[in-house]
Amino acid sequence: MPEMLKTQHKAALQTKTETISGAEAVMRAVIGEGIDTIFGYPGGAIMPVYDALYDYTEQVNHILVRHEQGAVHAAQGYARASGKVAVVLATSGPGATNLITGLADAQIDSTPLVCITGQVPSHLLGTDAFQESDVISLTMPVTKWNYQITDPAEIPEVLSKAFFIARTGRPGPVLVDITKDCQLKSFDFQGYQKCNKVRSYRPKPIIRKQYIEEAAKLINKAKKPFVVWGQGVILGGAESELTEMVEKAGIPAAWTIMGASAIPTDHELNVGMVGMHGNYAPNKLTNECDVFIAIGMRFDDRVTGSLAHYAKQAQIIHFDIDPAEFDKNVKVDVPIWGDCKETIPMLTELLEAKEHPAWLDTFNKLKEEEVNTVIEKEIHPKEGKITMGEVVELVNQVDQGQSIITTDVGQHQMVTFRYAAFSKSRSKITSGGLGTMGFSLPAAIGAKVAVPEREVISISGDGGFQMCIQELGTIMQQKIPVKILILNNHYLGMVRQWQELFHDNRYSFVNIDSPDYVMVAKGYGIPGQSVSERADLRAAIEEMMATEGPYLLEVHVGKEDNVFPFVPPGASVSDIRLK
Amino acid sequence: MKEYTLSIYTEDTVGLLNRIAAMFTRRKINIESLNTSPTEVEGIHRFTILINSSEEQVKKLAFQLEKQVDVLKAYYNTNEEIIWQEMALYKVPTQVIAEKVQVERLLRAHGARVVVIRHDYIIFEKTGQREETTKLTEILEPFGLIEFVRSGRIAIIKASNGFHEKLLDFEQTASPNGH
Repeated sequence: MPEMLKTQHKAALQTKTETISGAEAVMRAVIGEGIDTIFGYPGGAIMPVYDALYDYTEQVNHILVRHEQGAVHAAQGYARASGKVAVVLATSGPGATNLITGLADAQIDSTPLVCITGQVPSHLLGTDAFQESDVISLTMPVTKWNYQITDPAEIPEVLSKAFFIARTGRPGPVLVDITKDCQLKSFDFQGYQKCNKVRSYRPKPIIRKQYIEEAAKLINKAKKPFVVWGQGVILGGAESELTEMVEKAGIPAAWTIMGASAIPTDHELNVGMVGMHGNYAPNKLTNECDVFIAIGMRFDDRVTGSLAHYAKQAQIIHFDIDPAEFDKNVKVDVPIWGDCKETIPMLTELLEAKEHPAWLDTFNKLKEEEVNTVIEKEIHPKEGKITMGEVVELVNQVDQGQSIITTDVGQHQMVTFRYAAFSKSRSKITSGGLGTMGFSLPAAIGAKVAVPEREVISISGDGGFQMCIQELGTIMQQKIPVKILILNNHYLGMVRQWQELFHDNRYSFVNIDSPDYVMVAKGYGIPGQSVSERADLRAAIEEMMATEGPYLLEVHVGKEDNVFPFVPPGASVSDIRLK
Repeated sequence: MKEYTLSIYTEDTVGLLNRIAAMFTRRKINIESLNTSPTEVEGIHRFTILINSSEEQVKKLAFQLEKQVDVLKAYYNTNEEIIWQEMALYKVPTQVIAEKVQVERLLRAHGARVVVIRHDYIIFEKTGQREETTKLTEILEPFGLIEFVRSGRIAIIKASNGFHEKLLDFEQTASPNGH
């Protein structure tokens, strides 16, 4: 070998192998995955990674939260608004255990996260060391995959596997626990390679065409076809594929809470939300359709009500990427297993162009009934206290359905999903499956960081807002311009509503006091105001939306307003009550 | 409700037992017996888990088990579809055996084998199905059975061709699973 080539070869070898610490390898993985944001909180056992992060502040924006739960929810907001994997850093022990609610939330709502936790040094594992907790066992049921690393040489491979597992197939949270000694120890780094295959894991199958043909036959013959889509459509990025399909075949389409915003609310085939507090028509007509096409949804009990009386008359076609969802709750006639981005167009191709005017009209007639009995007085009340619905309706008018809205759980959530208008996908971020109070504010932070060009409004009740109120500190320090809207009814409203309806008005511990939110916000340098009069409401919302930075608006709404329509627990969806 | 044997093929990773056991705990299903072992394929492990369940429940459970990243395949079978065995060990006082010839006859009649003979006790081993090993326990009890232990069930699926081909299937990129 000529001398010059030898030197070049040697140089190549040198760049190939490099001695770095485990902590540095974590950062190389983060950079290798194209991650530009980390949500986290430092502590003893994760300090080496934070030390490595100190050299990467140009490439990576670290958002210092006020509680690790805030970090996971912010990461969820980030992932849900952007479709990218979000990264969380936390320390061992309480740092890691504080992640658990968010992990459970991300697991049930299929949100791609990679959480990296520090762990006590490996020689202390199992000794009840300071800030030691068995994070792997604790997080096993709430993660798609988790792994503990004690050897730094494993870091690149395990993290690339973690990112791959989190984002592919049915997405979900992954946790990697790294002992402190492993973060500190040096090893020969061979470069970071992104993972594209795990032997025992099949993110998606080869699509079986015969099922798609069978589905097309059913739909082409159907007189009353009905689509219900869920978050799978958004996770698969199949919004336009779905729209094209329902438009071609003229199928009325409804959505689960997690599927909201995949098709704009003003689309004529968008017939509203299904479920316990969903719209009247799609719930009623679930039990009248002849072919029920479920797409990327999982027949949650809040969607189906009594399974014994759920779409029994219909042939069921179910699209899902997770085969464990088939027959889990509802017996399926035609399972279409695969990525809906691929399967929906395959179906559309086989569908006859059709319209179902009489069938669609049935929806519109029932909608009219709902408008007259419930919606009109909720969103345009003439007297009495401000209603939650009119606040949401005014937000629609001011922002024209352009904002991303995050919510907590309860009455304000149901009202927001019922009345908020959306024109873009990934505009609705809520804790759908787990129902986590306190989700909204940190999720809004994450969403705003992910998509800074869009307005983000966090809507919560007075109960949920007080559960992660500490994240006002994050908003203050990072100057995150989110809008905070608190619908204060001075009660834990949804529980109160159930106590009224099912527990004989026995209001057991639902009476909750609030601090002066405007003053609290002021303490954090966030401007705001509180409104109780209808006459002041529009101007207040306009001011909130016009303010450049963060803003807090508290609206005092009717104390004992109930959310209707309502499918009582255990009842059939077609027994939905308008009052 | 009837007996189902789950045969779960997995990667060999720390903590996987926990993850699998949690799937049963969450659904409040009692595990009657559990055995882990290597398979005919190097690096692939096999869990054999016995439960009492309805077919619907065990089917859903198998789907959920397969969903776990480190699980390759989960089969469930009724007793008719498998060949299964359990092993039991019995510790009996030597004196009783020496004095009472009928015990020795009994053990022979039940196909038990001597594993250890000491001056104070003898350990017998018997492999068979649950009713057989239980029966022998009942018989030995009046003779001062000191200790008894039984292994988890191990089972071979009658209709299975083993895991070599299945693994090749997994090692190719995306391929349809066996549902």
